[in-house]
Amino acid sequence: MSAEIGHFALLLAFAVAVAQFAVPLIGASRGDPALMAFGRAAAGVHGGLILLSFLCLMAAFAGPDFSVALVAEHSHSTQPLIYRLGATWGNHEGSMLLWVLILSTFGALIAGTDSGMRESLRARVLGIQGGIGALFLAFIIFTSNPFKRLFPAPIEGSELNPLLQDPGLILHPPLLYVGYVGFSVAFAFAAAALIEGRADAHWARAVRPWVLLAWTALTAGIAAGSHWAYYTLGWGGWWFWDPVENASLMPWLVGTALLHSVSVLERRGALISWTLLLAILAFTLSLIGTFLVRSGVLTSVHAFAVDPARGIFILGMVVGQTGIAFALFAWRAPHMRSGALFGAVSRESGLVANNILLASAAATVFLGTFYPVLLDVTGGDKVSVGPPYYVITFAPIMAALLLVLAAGPMLRWRRDNWAHLWTRVRRPALVAAIAALVTVLVAGVGKLPVVAGFALAAWVLAGAVAILVHRWRLGSGEGSLVRRLRATPPSVYGLVLGHLGMGILAAGVTAASAFSTDRVATMRPGQSVAIGGVTARLDSVAPVQGPNYQAVRANFTLIHGDHARLIASERRFYPVSGTRTTAAGITDGVFGNTYVAIGDPGDGAPDGALVVRLYDHPLVGWIWAGPMLMALGGLFSLTDRRHRIGAPVRMAATSSSALMPVPA
Amino acid sequence: MVRTALLLLLVVTAPAAAVLPAEQLADPVKEARARAISRDLRCVQCQNQSIDDSDAPIAHDLRVILRERISAGATDAEAQDYIVRRYGSYVLLKPPLEAATLPLWLGPAAIVGLGAVAAFVTIARRRETTPTPLTPAETARVDTLLDP
Repeated sequence: MSAEIGHFALLLAFAVAVAQFAVPLIGASRGDPALMAFGRAAAGVHGGLILLSFLCLMAAFAGPDFSVALVAEHSHSTQPLIYRLGATWGNHEGSMLLWVLILSTFGALIAGTDSGMRESLRARVLGIQGGIGALFLAFIIFTSNPFKRLFPAPIEGSELNPLLQDPGLILHPPLLYVGYVGFSVAFAFAAAALIEGRADAHWARAVRPWVLLAWTALTAGIAAGSHWAYYTLGWGGWWFWDPVENASLMPWLVGTALLHSVSVLERRGALISWTLLLAILAFTLSLIGTFLVRSGVLTSVHAFAVDPARGIFILGMVVGQTGIAFALFAWRAPHMRSGALFGAVSRESGLVANNILLASAAATVFLGTFYPVLLDVTGGDKVSVGPPYYVITFAPIMAALLLVLAAGPMLRWRRDNWAHLWTRVRRPALVAAIAALVTVLVAGVGKLPVVAGFALAAWVLAGAVAILVHRWRLGSGEGSLVRRLRATPPSVYGLVLGHLGMGILAAGVTAASAFSTDRVATMRPGQSVAIGGVTARLDSVAPVQGPNYQAVRANFTLIHGDHARLIASERRFYPVSGTRTTAAGITDGVFGNTYVAIGDPGDGAPDGALVVRLYDHPLVGWIWAGPMLMALGGLFSLTDRRHRIGAPVRMAATSSSALMPVPA
Repeated sequence: MVRTALLLLLVVTAPAAAVLPAEQLADPVKEARARAISRDLRCVQCQNQSIDDSDAPIAHDLRVILRERISAGATDAEAQDYIVRRYGSYVLLKPPLEAATLPLWLGPAAIVGLGAVAAFVTIARRRETTPTPLTPAETARVDTLLDP
């Protein structure tokens, strides 16, 4: 019964979404408060109906109710409850339902909070959100109905792909979707601004929390996915430049640019049309990401559902939605007020450089992802674009970004000069020079990228610390330190954490790329292998029974000097689907990981022996710690009164010292 | 669903990991060369995996062929060419620089350059519109007008 209720709620939600699209937009253009108020009510009902629908699907999975086709395909009675619930979005139909759930929840939040937003702006935003919701609901209802019944109902289902039966499934997809969908709010705001013909500080303050929320979630989601791959794939890779990964990186890069340009618009009223363009682009790239994953245009075996009808629907949506948005932009943007002036050396210019580099980085990833497809379609050669391409093209752009990143927050708004900047960046530059020197001494002069990587990481970290030192006026002795700490707004801590995270990420990527080592060996219990200064001894190999899998567990002792650590590495076999997975043994250390993965018994090794792969990954943990710090920075900024979702918008920005960093 | 999707791929293609102990060359220098080359060669049956990472049968074969070439005394370039001649430049994870891939290779630099020029021109042109400062005579006149 619950499936029918869920399906019915979905159909009702579609009708409500269509009304939410049309009525408030008409109301806003006529200035009719009743019609505009309708939009708020509709957004609430829309959100409630989809929540009901989603809960119905979840209930069917929890059951598990195998008369629902989707449940029968992705759930098994021996599957632990948490993964039965996670399976709700571990498939195409359910993940699309999660998409609209997040979308409509955001719509309801915009409608329900007293944000002091202009009613006409809110009505238009909700209208556009309703339109996006209606399109996605049509997509679900007509091509991907999650509530389809099976008759006769099977007694048992087939299980969720075992690789997905991991805590990563609970975290990664929802976070990623909050990010993607969050940019739809920015898109709706941008389209509303274009219709209204005005985007001012009021607009920027209203949209900024949403950009922050989306960016924070996307940052955490990508990092969670990368870590998930690291420990499950069995060889310790953390980024593969796979088209589907690129699909999440592109909105992140553009979203990061948007986050910074919105702050310029809010503080200084500059970069108006550029900010609107970025908001449109961030969501377009999110949609393209969905399109890439769902349609199989890149013959990605990754896609849950490779179905041309779905692909064409989403492609139509991408083309239609963004076509309208870009047309609106081309038509209205030239007539909008042009932004405030600023000097060539100023905080604004620094942020323009940030935007150019981030947008170019996103364009590079786009080129690398789609150029081979274009070449193939137009009958050219088939080419492969792999990691070496991105190392040559993408990495230098990011290096330039890191160079700008530390200096940017030191610049004054409006007008500054090089001499003043130099007094500010002197110390971070010194730290960077020392880091470069140490790297040369340790790794040799020949490794320029490594030297540059560590120097830039040190530069960024020192730059972020310098902001705090300046904010707290350490060493000046005026007032109590506690007061100065408390007087520093959360958004400054957000900026510092975000930039620190970027420095840590840069150091981790440099070290893990340059200094990782690995060994493959055939081992029997009692034998030892040395890897990265550690001796790994295989102690025993034993079978283990999991809830819905059988495993072979190899126990290792890692000896480092006079420390010894025990780790276990497993190969699991899931009999229902006949799939094997790896659960690598990893020592998560601050300075690096030892990573041990085993092969199947008897596979490539004589009887009683195992093929063992051992890896030493220096500083690899920093690759995820950095983004987590960035996401934490995003949360800090969100708690800032000025950026809180639904917080009353204060018109007068507090007067700020020249060096108040842009809260980002 | 980026990662979940990626994982699905690996179920199909990578039940265990890649290079097997039996494949390795006894000479560590030659083995290191073989590893470095195989990291930049695509496993043609897989999605975006190098033959160093993949355990597909074709990847295994290519690793063995590569090591045979190196053992036979081929240079890195010769060993790589040997495989490219048989499987096409599609196997190169670093696409070759040729007419068809020019946009791919020059695009990123061109985009950064265009962006920088556009920003520079915009900021410079805007600066010209800022009013020129008053001459001393004008300042004096303003002073007399404001403070008669």
